[in-house]
Formats: sequence, structure tokens, C-alpha cells
Amino acid sequence: MKRILVGIKRVVDYNVRIRVKPDNSGVITDGVKMSINPFDEIALEEAIRIKERGGAEEVVVATIGPADTQQQLRTALAMGADRAILVQADGVIEPPVAARVFQKLAEREQPLLVILGKQAIDDDNSQTGQMLAALWNRPQATFASKVEISEGKARVTREVDAGLETLEVDLPAVVTTDLRLNEPRYVKLPEIMKAKKKPLDALPLGTLGVEAKQRLKLVKFEPPAQRQKGVRVKDAAELVEALRKKGLVR
Amino acid sequence: MSAKILIVAEHDGSKLNPSTAKCVTCARAIQGAEITVLVCAADSAGIAAQAAQLNGVSRVVKVDNAANAHLLAAVLAPQIAALAQPYSHVLGPSTTFGKDLMPRVAALLDTAQISDIMAAESATRFRRPIYAGNAIVTVEVDPGTKVVGTVRIASFEASPGGGSAPVESASPNVELPTHTRFVSVSAARSDRPDLQTAARVVSGGRALGSAEGFQTLYKLADKLGAAVGASRAAVDAGYAPNELQVGQTGKIIAPELYIAIGISGAIQHLTGIKDARTIVAINKDGEAPIFEVADIGLVGDLFQIVPELEKLLG
Repeated sequence: MKRILVGIKRVVDYNVRIRVKPDNSGVITDGVKMSINPFDEIALEEAIRIKERGGAEEVVVATIGPADTQQQLRTALAMGADRAILVQADGVIEPPVAARVFQKLAEREQPLLVILGKQAIDDDNSQTGQMLAALWNRPQATFASKVEISEGKARVTREVDAGLETLEVDLPAVVTTDLRLNEPRYVKLPEIMKAKKKPLDALPLGTLGVEAKQRLKLVKFEPPAQRQKGVRVKDAAELVEALRKKGLVR
Repeated sequence: MSAKILIVAEHDGSKLNPSTAKCVTCARAIQGAEITVLVCAADSAGIAAQAAQLNGVSRVVKVDNAANAHLLAAVLAPQIAALAQPYSHVLGPSTTFGKDLMPRVAALLDTAQISDIMAAESATRFRRPIYAGNAIVTVEVDPGTKVVGTVRIASFEASPGGGSAPVESASPNVELPTHTRFVSVSAARSDRPDLQTAARVVSGGRALGSAEGFQTLYKLADKLGAAVGASRAAVDAGYAPNELQVGQTGKIIAPELYIAIGISGAIQHLTGIKDARTIVAINKDGEAPIFEVADIGLVGDLFQIVPELEKLLG
């Protein structure tokens, strides 16, 4: 079956103001709204659209995390994924471990495409997709703003510093999504009801033969340095004057 | 203890990208650093010569291969991994080039990656931003672990020239995949300074109202010799091309002067500019969050102020 595997991560919601704990041991996440990482939502939307266009027959969504993460998988099923896999693990999952998990899932599910967000908005690592592609020994097309599937191949436009780069990759391949790839759909109530009946498998990390090794010790968390309070000027002339005083314009 | 550091050079086929000189500065902060720059290209001699001049570089290794013409991660990573064996650290810039490539290298080396290094406190201890820069985490690896990292280039000055490191050739014996093929790149060629490294940046937001409105910024930028940037909102609205985007998911920049025009200042945007020396904000909403980080703020109508500025600077 032509299948697309999508990885999602549960993260602190985009709109939550992040605060560092007073003892510098982490950021405050207790009682904070959790959501699907926005880039992963775009990944899922893209997979669903490819399926709707006839480019795939099944969309499988997977995540790694504690049992609570089922909530985000249910949202993904309501958006249009056909089934979900929860790889159960507590504690910190570093990108090499996440990549290893998705390699195992890819070997099991044999997808033609694995789509992931280009980065998670919590740790901002931007690593998992690339690492998966290396471990799986398949092509990668990161930071995608356009994905076109044809027989055995994908043509992917990537947002790079210089502009837009287009690559052609043989399938199966790993794609990571940038913001302008699509706009994820809103989930409607009937879909949420239907999603409750869709299959959701839970399996412990160990059953995939992956060890949750943590290689980076998180020593301390600190708030960023604050900028000095600035001044207000009343018009363009005053602004130019202020810039001249600082030696920034002639 | 000495640290043998391999820096993967970024280039456009003929010129070394300034991000490489910034990686060198990051590496030099590590005590006992012995720095090698690796240049993989189709024709690397000219780029290698530029890298050899960077102060602090003790050796340049160049790899010539027609397959390296387009800097494809899947093609470069196995070559880098093969050459990385004797090194304690492998660093690349946190640009789209390095972000794409380095995790693939890390995975082949079976090690973790430290992304967006903003400070190297020692050979094993680094600081990096998380949550769009709303927290800074200090991470540590066990001694003896190979460190792969990307360097947040806005955090470092470029290492100056004046050096003359020896250049050697290498040809790693690895099979290169053909499953990934370069098709094209559409780069907006411009005579303006490069956004990532410009000393001055004029940046516009959604308040510009249209692509035509956005054009008014270019005149001001040209008066100042500045690069042009944009907020995500302006890019999403189609007023500016994606490569101008500044912020968490765009470019992280550190110019001497950043002029934000009609940008409200979402946290995701601010994370891209907080290392700017001087931030100027022009916005009609005096309560906009951009004013909280601005060194100089001006509340008013940008369509009136921008032409005035142009005249005053002319």
C-alpha cells in the first residue's frame, strides 16, 4: 500500500509565554497548554493532501512520548490521518533516539514518504528528519515549501538562505516542512467524533529495540539577557539626529 | 587537553561564505583548539585559499569531486563522516546549509548534535537558545564524546584574515548516493548587501500593506547601504520573498543597525534580531511589542515617515 508516515511532537503551545523555572532546572510546563508542533501539523496536512490527490492510500501518524500524547494523536486522526502509533517513552527523547524510532517505524510500515516538521518549537533542534534520512540511508529534502510526487520520485522545493532550491529525490525519502508549504485545516466536530474510532496502537519504546539514551546533560536553563530600555523620538528628523549621535548614519 | 576541530566550510562554488569565519571564532573559544577547515566542492582550490587566510585556522583540507557541486547533504555527509574520525569536534554554520547537513553527519557518526551554539564555555560545555530564544540552556557532553554542532553565526564576529594555513587534498573513499539530484535554485540576485551579514538592515512587516508598499523600503535601504529584511507576516502575505524572512524560522541576524518598519514584533521575530546592536522601531501602534526591544522608537505613519527619512538621509 502507498503509505505516508508522519511524525508529530507534543510541544508547549505556540501562544504560551515561556518562563524559566526559578531554580533554573527547566522551563515551566505544568498546567500549560500542549499542542502538536506547528511544523508537524503542516507535515500532516501535506500528507493528507497528497492522499486526497491520489498520491497515497494511507496516512499513518506517529509520535514518541508519555500516554498523554494520545490527545495529539487523536487530533491528528481528526485532521485526517488513518491510524496512529504512540511509541511510549517518558523523559527526554533526543533527536538521535527519535530518528532511530522513526527508522524502525519506516522499516515496519514501508512508507513512500516520511514527512516531519523541520524543527520543534520547544528545543528548536532541527535534526530528527536529517538523522532519520542518514540512518535509513535515504534522500532528504528539508525545509520544503512545495512537494510534488510522481512515479517513484518527488520534486521538492526547499526554502534556503539563497532563495528557493529544487531537488529531485528517489522514493522513499524524508521530507521536512517549512511554514509556507500549506495551511493546516481546522478540525470539525464530526471528525473529532469519527477519530475516536480510528485505530491507535501504543507500544513501548523497548519493543522497537531502541534505547532512550540521553547524551546531552542539561546543566541549567536561564532566561535570555534583556535589552536596555530605549528612547522615543517624535519624528523622522529626531530619529535621524539620534542615529547621527550614535554614529550610525552620516 | 587539546581539541581537534573540523569546520565544514560553506560556499557558493567560488566564494567562502562569511559564516565559516564565524564558526572559526566559535571554535577558537575552545581551549587548545586546533582548527581544520574542510572545503568540499567541485573545484575547491579558490575557496580553500580563502579559508587558509582565516586567522586561527591551522590547516585546510579540500575535497574535489564533481558530485560536490551543489552541496547536497546526502552526498556531503558520508565524505565528512569519513574524514571526521580523528577530530573531537565537527562544526558547521547554523544556516540552511549547515542545518540541513550537520545532523546527517552526526547520525553517521552515531553522536548527538548541539544546534545553534551561541557560546562554547569549554570543549564539552555549550550554551544554546531554545523556545525561540525565550530560554538559554547550557548543555554538556561526556569528555571523549565526539561533538557535532551548528554555530549560531549571529553570536560570533568573523575571524579576521591574515593567516596562511597549509592546504591539503583528501579523497575520502566512500560511495556517494545518486538518489538525490539538484534541479535548480532561484536566487534573487541583488546588488544589495547580504541580509545574513549586512551591517545595516531595513525590515518591513505586514503594515506595508502590499508588495508595492514594500518596495518603498528598498529606496530607504539603498540610501543607507542596507540589506532588506521582512517579518514572517510580510512574507506570508506575499509582500516579500521567503529568503528575506527574519526570525525563529527565518534568518537570525546581528547587524549594527536594524530598522523595523511596520513590524509589530512577535516573539518569533524578536528572536531573530535580539543580537542587533541598535534596533529602531517605526510603527503606528505605540503599544506594539517591538517597542520593548527598540533602542529608538518612533510612533507614527510609516508611509509618511519613510519618505521623510529618505529625504533627510539624502
